[in-house]
Amino acid sequence: MNHGTILEMRNIEKDYFGNKVLKGVNLTVKPGEIHALLGENGAGKSTLMNILFGMPVIHTTGGFNGEVTFNGSPVALKSPREAMDIGIGMVHQEFMLIPGFTVTENIKLNREITKHNAVSRVLGDSMKSLNMTQMEKDARKALDTLGIGIDEWAKVAGLPVGYMQFVEIAREIDKQNIKLLVFDEPTAVLTESEADTLLQAMKKIADSGIAILFITHRLDEVMSVADNITILRDGELVAALKKEETNVTQLAELMVGRKIEKMAQRDHDLGDDSNIVLKIRNLEVEMPGEEVKGIDLDIRKGEIIGLGGLAGQGKIGIANGIMGLYPATGEVELSGRQIELNNPKASLTNGLAFVSEDRRGVGLLLDSSIELNIVITAMQMKEMFLKKLAFFEQADAKHIREHALKMIEDLDIRCRGPQQLTRRLSGGNQQKVCIARALTLSPNVLFVSEPTRGIDIGAKKLVLDLLVKLNKEMGMTIIMTSSELGELRSICDRIAIITEGKVEGILSPDDSDANFGLMMAGEYKKVHGKEAV
Amino acid sequence: MQEKLKLVINKIGIPRAIIISFLILLFVGAFYYDLSIQMLLSDTLVRLGMNGVLVLAMVPSILSGTGLNFGLPLGVICGIIGGLISIEMDLEGFTAISVAMLISVPLSVITGYFYGLLLNKVKGSEMTVATYVGFSVASLMCIGWLFLPFRSPELVFAIAGSGLRQTITLSGRFDKILDQFLAFDVAGVTIPTGSLLFLGLCCFIIGLFLKSRLGIAMKAVGENERFAVASGLSVDRGRIIGTVVSTVLGGIGIIVYAQSYGFFQLYQAPLMMAFPAVAAILIGGASTKNAKISHVLLGTLMFQTLLIVALPVANKMVPEGNLSEVARVIVSYGFILYALTQAGGGE
Amino acid sequence: MVELNVKDKSKNPIGGKIKSALFNNIVPILFIIICSLGFKFSGLPAAYVVNELVARLARNSFVVLALIIPVIAGMGMNFAIVLGAMAGQIAVVAVTHWGIVGVPGLLLIMVLTTPLAIIFGYMTGKLLNKTKGQEMVTSLMLGFFANGLYQLLFLFLIGTIIPMNNPVLVLSGGIGIKNTIDLAGTIKYAMDNMIKWNMFKTMAYGGAFTALCMFAYTGYKTVIEKNKIRLNSKPVITGIIFILISVMGFMSMGKKSPFVIVQVPVGTFVFITALCLFTTFIVKTKLGQQFRTVGQSMHIAEVSGINVNKIRLIAIVISTVLAGWGQIIFLQNLGTLNTYGSHEQVGMFAVASILIGGASVTKASIWHAIIGTLLFHTLFVVSPYAGKNLLGNAMVGEYFRVFVAYGVIGVSLGLHAWKNLVKKKK
Repeated sequence: MNHGTILEMRNIEKDYFGNKVLKGVNLTVKPGEIHALLGENGAGKSTLMNILFGMPVIHTTGGFNGEVTFNGSPVALKSPREAMDIGIGMVHQEFMLIPGFTVTENIKLNREITKHNAVSRVLGDSMKSLNMTQMEKDARKALDTLGIGIDEWAKVAGLPVGYMQFVEIAREIDKQNIKLLVFDEPTAVLTESEADTLLQAMKKIADSGIAILFITHRLDEVMSVADNITILRDGELVAALKKEETNVTQLAELMVGRKIEKMAQRDHDLGDDSNIVLKIRNLEVEMPGEEVKGIDLDIRKGEIIGLGGLAGQGKIGIANGIMGLYPATGEVELSGRQIELNNPKASLTNGLAFVSEDRRGVGLLLDSSIELNIVITAMQMKEMFLKKLAFFEQADAKHIREHALKMIEDLDIRCRGPQQLTRRLSGGNQQKVCIARALTLSPNVLFVSEPTRGIDIGAKKLVLDLLVKLNKEMGMTIIMTSSELGELRSICDRIAIITEGKVEGILSPDDSDANFGLMMAGEYKKVHGKEAV
Repeated sequence: MQEKLKLVINKIGIPRAIIISFLILLFVGAFYYDLSIQMLLSDTLVRLGMNGVLVLAMVPSILSGTGLNFGLPLGVICGIIGGLISIEMDLEGFTAISVAMLISVPLSVITGYFYGLLLNKVKGSEMTVATYVGFSVASLMCIGWLFLPFRSPELVFAIAGSGLRQTITLSGRFDKILDQFLAFDVAGVTIPTGSLLFLGLCCFIIGLFLKSRLGIAMKAVGENERFAVASGLSVDRGRIIGTVVSTVLGGIGIIVYAQSYGFFQLYQAPLMMAFPAVAAILIGGASTKNAKISHVLLGTLMFQTLLIVALPVANKMVPEGNLSEVARVIVSYGFILYALTQAGGGE
Repeated sequence: MVELNVKDKSKNPIGGKIKSALFNNIVPILFIIICSLGFKFSGLPAAYVVNELVARLARNSFVVLALIIPVIAGMGMNFAIVLGAMAGQIAVVAVTHWGIVGVPGLLLIMVLTTPLAIIFGYMTGKLLNKTKGQEMVTSLMLGFFANGLYQLLFLFLIGTIIPMNNPVLVLSGGIGIKNTIDLAGTIKYAMDNMIKWNMFKTMAYGGAFTALCMFAYTGYKTVIEKNKIRLNSKPVITGIIFILISVMGFMSMGKKSPFVIVQVPVGTFVFITALCLFTTFIVKTKLGQQFRTVGQSMHIAEVSGINVNKIRLIAIVISTVLAGWGQIIFLQNLGTLNTYGSHEQVGMFAVASILIGGASVTKASIWHAIIGTLLFHTLFVVSPYAGKNLLGNAMVGEYFRVFVAYGVIGVSLGLHAWKNLVKKKK
């Protein structure tokens, strides 16, 4: 049996409410191999993993089509618990560790070794005492397998972040029946040397016969440890390769692919650096999960510049940092004037406006009317739409209504009137309300983050068209952050790719897929370094 | 028919539907026992004016995001001090009540400011902390009442010569002064015009405030903190404003309450003052996140009617014991519990 | 998110250790100072205070101990132990009505309390599972709410819906239970008087017995289970301390001393010790580990397959049952049941006690409960006298102690919320 495959997923199809996210994907993993799974955000990796683990989200949205065979027999997993029971383990991206517990307690979390005592014989198993000695022995063994010298009785709270990852892994390999272990971007939080140790440990685990499914975007790591590579793009299987047959450039190209639909006809006028409106120097932003680690960027007047890159690399942090929503350091200069950082008010009053990526969380007052949402920032920051009444500065209802109606017409917001609550609007119309609020501030530079996230296809085009229109007709400079490269390539003049919190490079929308892919994987400089200099 | 009934119940919410049916039952009972409906209505209106401002104090705190203001005793104490000072100054009539309010306002503003600072330090647990801040300040003031340097014989224990009395009579000061101002009778029902006008005025001012730039900022903070930050607003400032306004209303509210009640009650009395106000606004349809002025009026009216009508009906049914007091306890805390389960955090 | 254990982090030298020990125990230290001052100014004889404290410790510590498990399970201070107390009182009324007295009556009350408290605890747990993150304010309000229902039961349902023909218990009108019920002829001192020794005798025998247990335990661990020695130093030290106590007791036994008046209800203390052992034991079981896991992170617990809601429910049920028994101990010592008042302050006083002992919303131990009960009740005994002597007004002391109870709860909850906020911001 064992010479065959441990996991086979065949013809997997899955749609969320008619939206196909997996279109007939195959994945085959052999025992003892390290199998890399590559793909951009939204390529379908996480959906595939959710299916593998039988996550509830899959079943509540209508299940999936296709076959899953594990260890030689077909399985239909209904819950993560079942997946665990048949020997599939997961090393989470976020740590599932309890800081107040010891390493041993964490490794044995809810799998404690127990022994009977007088009470438990009467009242049942939950009264059994813990066999700490045996638990510590097991933990030690798992840690030794990984080649890590953490004390099994140490509290997790005091450990360096890198070590926590190993505790997670130790927990998985401590499970007796583990046959397949999924690593979801395990090196994202590690330093380089920690990542090396981890890769060594992965090899050791694989040598012991456990198969590893390695999800990552670091192509050099793939090349150094993986035996086989599967690449997904847009829910489709693009390639299944042996490591020996490929190289970094090819992987990058396959990952990105060409998927541009010209949404708005426009000539890309790259211009030059003679007319800089926004100058960013050495910007660092502490946004959890999207850290920016020193960015220099010049924004030209009247352009649409795209900020692209993979999730977690820091592209989202740039706009949030400049707008003062997360602690930032560095220098930002708008038309020659320094903008005070860490002060949203300063950014807003100085001619910057922001349409947040988190529409419902940051972008809207969901239980307030459309008109209030449109005017509130301008009212509070620029004292517009007010009239004096006795000792209060009263909101000027008439003026607000006029402006709201105009915006609703201009941006074509489909609603039942300016007093409708924004919660009741569709995603696309909510996004337009956000844009309307930003426009009400009449900004010099507009930041737009993930403008099409969670919006259906028809509305996506409308939103993008609107941005192009604002740019063309009003000459507004737009800095658009998006995870969808195709979208950036369809409307931007230039695209800066952000990797590991820094600008990896700036590309024209017409550049090759390979270049985009390499930049997003952070391999561009390594491959092209010599030529560039 | 059933569908329609369901729709109506859904709209007003099951707990309110229960209260309304209970009220109807009580009125049926009142007819059955041949109680004077006019008397009951008059009492209800008096109670509306009496409690309305205290209930209104919940609105700014809920809207600014600090939740139900269980720390209302702080404002109440400021109001009582204002009232005591006005008596100590030997004032009478409208001068007395106006001075009492004027003195209470700066006290409440200062108290509310520091209380707001505290609440900003305990975001997410405001209600738990506020309850105990209210309790501890009220019990600390018990010691305070013993030693505050008031001299007026109306205020101080006659025998000891120092230390404030448990209850301080307002007759000859501003007892019922608002209730009786422009009061008139309609079909046997006495309308306490002054109190109702004063409540209306307070509601109007708060309404204006909520539509002002400051008030809108405060509401934005309460509705969505992250949105407020992104719009350049200071979250902490918005919450402090809400707390200050709430405390000021608490202070004024207790003075209005006292003029109608006829007494100031000291020592342990302010301790539990927040709960009836909280219950009333919740009955009116507010939640821990959203409140309107209409909730205040409706809630106070419903809650007070319940108490007013329940008392005689219950006494007829069970002559001994205080059934209406028990009903009050069950209804008020029942509603508070219901609101807490609706506030989320659970499954 | 999760409380870090500060104590174990410090590896600094002895000076730092003392500093952190002082800092971690600042609350009890502060109250030891206040209590000593209060004792000094009260002018009460030491023997009187000690006698009072022994009685109050026996009377109150059981309920305080009932708070520990919900804290471990991350639900904070369970103000809803009031419901447990109500269960106890309902049983007391019922058994008094049936006229079963003495130890059998006491046992029957406990047996009757248990299912009631389980039902109450179950409902409390259900409610708290719906208000995660707001457990404390919910349990507090639940206490008030339940009090309303309790009054409804005893004031109006007795004699109308529930027939009860008992002129001793029921008000003259035939409806409702009387305000106070004398337990003197029924269960008063039923547990306390099972064994009652004076202080020295208790010290001598109790100390010797405890020391013996400690050594036996150590012996068992080392010889039978072959544990490492590092785990076993603590019981040995405790054993030696108890030998000393025992010796002191023996030496003082025949002598004349004002402390002879101190009477110790040994039976009650045995019962309390049993609860302490039970609590220690349960923390070390599989269930205890689940309590701790849920308490540290509900999310991680859920992911690792623990049924979080069920575990929280169990914690509250245990707490409510213990509170019910605790209230019975309280009542048998007091000798009168104040039908509508005995339970009201139970939650607040118990929570204040354990907090004064140095517990926090996320950390509580047996020692916090015992020391806290001692300190809080010292304050109870001495503050009226101290207030009178210092300020010429006995009420000051009265009010001061209420303020302390509320204040310490307020400060402790506030600090906890603030710490959480700071941690979240990081």
